[in-house]
Amino acid sequence: SFSREAQLFVEKFEGALGKGKGKKFYAYKVMMTKKWMKFQRDFENFKTACIPWEMKIKEIESHFGSSVASYFIFLRWMYGINMILFGLTFGLVMVPEALMGKPYGSLPRKTVPRAEEASAMNFATLWDFSGFAQYSVLFYGYYNNQRTIGWLRFRMPLSYFLVGVGTIGYSFMIVIRTMARNANEEGGGDDTSFNFSWKMFTSWDYLSGNPETADNKFASITTSFKEAIVEEQESRKEENIHLTRFLRVLANFLALCTLAGSGYLIFFVVRRSQKFALEGLENYGWWERNEVNMVMSLLGMFCPTLFDVISSLENYHPRIALRWQLGRIFALFLGNLYTFIIALMDEINLKASYLPPFIIFNMHMGQEEDFQPLEEEKIVKYNMTIWEASLYNGTIPENSTAPPIQVDPADVPRGPCWETMVGQEFVRLTVSDTMTTYITILIGDFLRAVFVRFFNYCWCWDLEYGFPSYSEFDISGNVLGLIFNQGMIWMGSFYAPCLPAINVFRLHTSMYLQCWAVMCCNVPQERVFKASRSNNFYMAMLLFILFLSTLPAVYTIVSIPPSFDCGPFSGKTRMFEVISETLEHDFPSWFGKVFGYASNPGLILPFILLMVLSIYYLNATSKSYKEANLELKKKLQSVRNREL
Amino acid sequence: TGEAEAARAAMGGSASLLPREALGEYQELTFLGKQEILLAYKRFSELLPKEERENACSARVPKSQILTLPELRANPFQHRICRVFSTSDDGDDSISFEDFLDMLSVFSDSATSDIKSHYAFRIFDFDDDGTLDRKDLEKLVNCLTGQGQESRLSNAEMEQLIQNILEESDIDKDGTINLSEFQHVVSRSPDFARYSVLQL
Repeated sequence: SFSREAQLFVEKFEGALGKGKGKKFYAYKVMMTKKWMKFQRDFENFKTACIPWEMKIKEIESHFGSSVASYFIFLRWMYGINMILFGLTFGLVMVPEALMGKPYGSLPRKTVPRAEEASAMNFATLWDFSGFAQYSVLFYGYYNNQRTIGWLRFRMPLSYFLVGVGTIGYSFMIVIRTMARNANEEGGGDDTSFNFSWKMFTSWDYLSGNPETADNKFASITTSFKEAIVEEQESRKEENIHLTRFLRVLANFLALCTLAGSGYLIFFVVRRSQKFALEGLENYGWWERNEVNMVMSLLGMFCPTLFDVISSLENYHPRIALRWQLGRIFALFLGNLYTFIIALMDEINLKASYLPPFIIFNMHMGQEEDFQPLEEEKIVKYNMTIWEASLYNGTIPENSTAPPIQVDPADVPRGPCWETMVGQEFVRLTVSDTMTTYITILIGDFLRAVFVRFFNYCWCWDLEYGFPSYSEFDISGNVLGLIFNQGMIWMGSFYAPCLPAINVFRLHTSMYLQCWAVMCCNVPQERVFKASRSNNFYMAMLLFILFLSTLPAVYTIVSIPPSFDCGPFSGKTRMFEVISETLEHDFPSWFGKVFGYASNPGLILPFILLMVLSIYYLNATSKSYKEANLELKKKLQSVRNREL
Repeated sequence: TGEAEAARAAMGGSASLLPREALGEYQELTFLGKQEILLAYKRFSELLPKEERENACSARVPKSQILTLPELRANPFQHRICRVFSTSDDGDDSISFEDFLDMLSVFSDSATSDIKSHYAFRIFDFDDDGTLDRKDLEKLVNCLTGQGQESRLSNAEMEQLIQNILEESDIDKDGTINLSEFQHVVSRSPDFARYSVLQL
């Protein structure tokens, strides 16, 4: 037949149907195009495969819904940020000092004091981050204040300062950038006209032949059906407006009462503990000694449950209810913290026999009274001159040309190093927080699941449906834990460069442990709901915490003199003087002049005004774009309806 | 002949071969390319017992054998697919080679969306009455949610779901979805063309 002949002809001359002369070239071009497309497809697959933990998170999403998965996606994002922070502190601060700085034992600040030497290598000391761990690159106190070190003439104090400021700046930038990007996506919107039908008819991917993938796909289809049903129900709920409003006002009132009550309780307990301390702690038992810690932990455990009960009055969409819950728990933690600090501010005793971790906040706010380390420093300096004099046997000639007596650095008396102490407190807090989280998961989730599963046979009531049953994944608790933990890291990484490294390790293990625990011990919630597409609510809280965490560090850089005896800024009156020192020594003189002019208030105020005006302008234009967007969407919708 | 040798070499030296004229015909009648047809032939003849491989073109493979194919094994609509594409007079859903090619052609990359939605409709029509009524939709949902007890939807959820689907897709409000309504809904979906692709 004719078509048969045509087909044979096309097959025979396939390659040459391009330009006559370039037959081979044409075939080559076609082959290269095919190869290039294949390469692009493979590269896309490779890039997707490189995203860590993607399969794990997809599995969790298909079984537990997008809201639980959003926590893990948040965790992964935090891990990325911490990797960058780790890279900065490790590469620019810890490694140069370790490689090019003076080695251990050469300076007093780099050596374990004689008195502590015996116990310096014990595991208990190391776990507490004293001993050898304290006198190492892990903490602020080890660093020397030499302006340049090594043959590279690496400016260590400048690098330390810039890395400290840079980590904060980078964190701000990345959080705001992510918020902006999420805001864009949110505006995109969904074509939801055939939501359910599409889920029904087009959700099965025929290429998935693996039975395990198929299982996941079944679970995810079920979950997405349930999510869509919940959305539909919520949007159709008939509300008795007045009753709902009254109940919501009542619920908020109850929540406020709870917050006020917990604040008062903490105030009361802290006062009591100071009374105990004055009378001598030996007269009291374990409860009185640890009252403050216990009360704060118990409040942290029970108040969120109370908030949960209160929120059932409000009858919100589950996503909105989650946000209220998060907001209230956040307010609870912050309120408790500040009440604690205020109660302590009247009588701070740094040399108390036990030092609750939050006491460091007070160090940065204790400007009303004399800053205690300064007093201590004066005393130590005085002692040191006396000690030096004793070395010369009491004779200190005015113009002494005698060679300095060699003293082992371990024997030199040390000044107080409050920065290292602060760093140690943060590290201990992070470690104990991690331990607590892991133990809670193992006991609260895993052992509980084991108990319910195996004791169900020989128990009077049905353990699986009644109390205690399997636990659900606590989204709000975990998200807040993550955010507060990150706040601790931001606060402490200036004083302990090792903190981002510890956090990277913690997040890495946390991801694996929690993924396993969720799949193994938890059950999905009754009403799975679709998480909002952007994580902007979490981001907003994170931004707030970031702002709060950087306040103490900025305050210490600007207002508090660094310790005279330890750290890269020892000997200066303020930490930021390292900048002016660098400008003097390393830059040509005209640069210093320009900088001096630029920091003139007459120039800075107009600049700030300009920025405020541009923010206003950009806000106005973005509003008008949004409105134009809505108009277009409406037009599209009406065109589509007309087609029907 | 040279072409027979070529065809045999293309199949890696297996004993059976596909006649060249048949190959050309199949290329015209389906959306598949030459390599795809040869691969299909190879896979089909592997499903047959050794004695029948010589005349694979006219043999029929029982349903249980077809369902051992990895591409179909995990598919929730496997039985419906076999039923729809089978041209067996006995009603035992056995598949001949031409039925097999039919199936691969409909699910191939190059098939049009019209063809795909037409066959998808037939696959979803569990009682073969030409419309998707409540029972069909219920069976469809149960297929999609898997075999486990925990993953099934409750009665109330099922009711709600089917209600919503009918509201969205049933334009003439007769309580069932016919072919044109189905095609109207499905052709607008961004995922449909991507997902209804089967490749050996």
